[in-house]
Amino acid sequence: MLEHIELFFRSIFIDNMVFAVFLGMCSYLAVSKKVATAVGLGAAVIFVLAVTVPLNWLLDQYLLRDGALAWLGPEYADYNLSFLSFILFIATIATMVQLVEIVVEKFSPSLYNSLGIFLPLIAVNCAILGGSLFMQSREIASLGLAFNYGVSSGIGWFLAILAIAAIREKIRYSNVPAPLRGLGITFIITGLMGIGFQSFGGMLTGGGEEAAPVKEKTTAEKLEKVDKKENNKEIDEKEISYNDAINK
Amino acid sequence: MALLSKKDANLILDPLADNNPITIQVLGICSALAITAELKASVVMAISVLFVLGIGNVVISLMRNIIPSKIRIIVQLIVVATLVIIVDQVLKAFAYELSKTLSVFVGLIITNCIIMGRFEAFALANGPWKSFLDGIGNSLGYGVILIIVGFFRELLGSGTLFGYPVLGNPITKTGLYATGYENNGFMIIPPAALIVVGIIIWIQRSRNKALIEDN
Repeated sequence: MLEHIELFFRSIFIDNMVFAVFLGMCSYLAVSKKVATAVGLGAAVIFVLAVTVPLNWLLDQYLLRDGALAWLGPEYADYNLSFLSFILFIATIATMVQLVEIVVEKFSPSLYNSLGIFLPLIAVNCAILGGSLFMQSREIASLGLAFNYGVSSGIGWFLAILAIAAIREKIRYSNVPAPLRGLGITFIITGLMGIGFQSFGGMLTGGGEEAAPVKEKTTAEKLEKVDKKENNKEIDEKEISYNDAINK
Repeated sequence: MALLSKKDANLILDPLADNNPITIQVLGICSALAITAELKASVVMAISVLFVLGIGNVVISLMRNIIPSKIRIIVQLIVVATLVIIVDQVLKAFAYELSKTLSVFVGLIITNCIIMGRFEAFALANGPWKSFLDGIGNSLGYGVILIIVGFFRELLGSGTLFGYPVLGNPITKTGLYATGYENNGFMIIPPAALIVVGIIIWIQRSRNKALIEDN
């Protein structure tokens, strides 16, 4: 239960799709001019993520990963089909989006009309494929957790687009320098919001020195860590050679 | 430009500045920003997109008359996914460390809006040679922004370019650091990329007033 709660808050705030890894930026920038449309798209993204991530988890678990085909018989245990995951994941996503479109059109034409072209757009929203790829690379352990991950990262994306849409509605009345109007200021505000969201990083550790056991970090953080490590290594080596030189 | 007619040359030159895919068309931002903390990753990403978009545009353009319009999105996705798998496998084979750094972002070239955008807007309506030039032009425009952002973030953030220290050594205080300069850790964190792109847009639109939006 605890890991569910942790994953939930982690995906919404700390590893927020938009602010931590820049996924789904295109539709985030294009559809965030009005709160109403932003809400519609955000809800659709939550739904599609909640369906595709668990589905792709099953695909990954029983078809793609190293040794996943063992259930077919021992002679298949050596296969590693993970290079096919891009094509299978995107096929699942495209199919699901098409299916959602058909179902929504059939049962709720009014919702279908209000979403309009945004529904098919979801198929090429990087946040959706990113959700499945992160699910794969972070090795999420169970179907329930995969569902949880899909829903909560969808909620994170929803929050982000809702916030920027509200800000953009207000900023129309502000005196922004002309060349910065529109896209430019949206980028900069997103950057500032990203800095704000980074402060959620201390949420699961309580901000204290005693860090809770952290399972996975975002790629960006990992990157940073590797960078730092490499820098430190280089620096250490340089320091050592420097000290050696002094000693000599 | 004796090789290309003026019209063809514009296909390549336009996206570099006045019709840049990132700053004007707002395409392909998704996977672009996260990997620009290092110049090397930016260059590899730009080359990968060049490959995928150049070939993909030609393939789609060749098939444009036989694709039923109802399933064209799925067809396009399959073409891109195939090309991206090639890129991914090549990277894993020849630059494993780098492929770890790029992690899921190579896969995300599939959903990079630049690619779908160019397929939809150009390749479905034009012949293969023009589509090829359009693909090259747009991915170069994308690469230019990526490299500018990567250059500044790596230079100001860690004082290196392609991993080589160019500003001196921050620990032993040589080079620029001797004058009291410090690395700006802010440039390394993800949100800095957005702000750098915002500034690029600002500069670009102050130079070309025609691009200014009215909110």
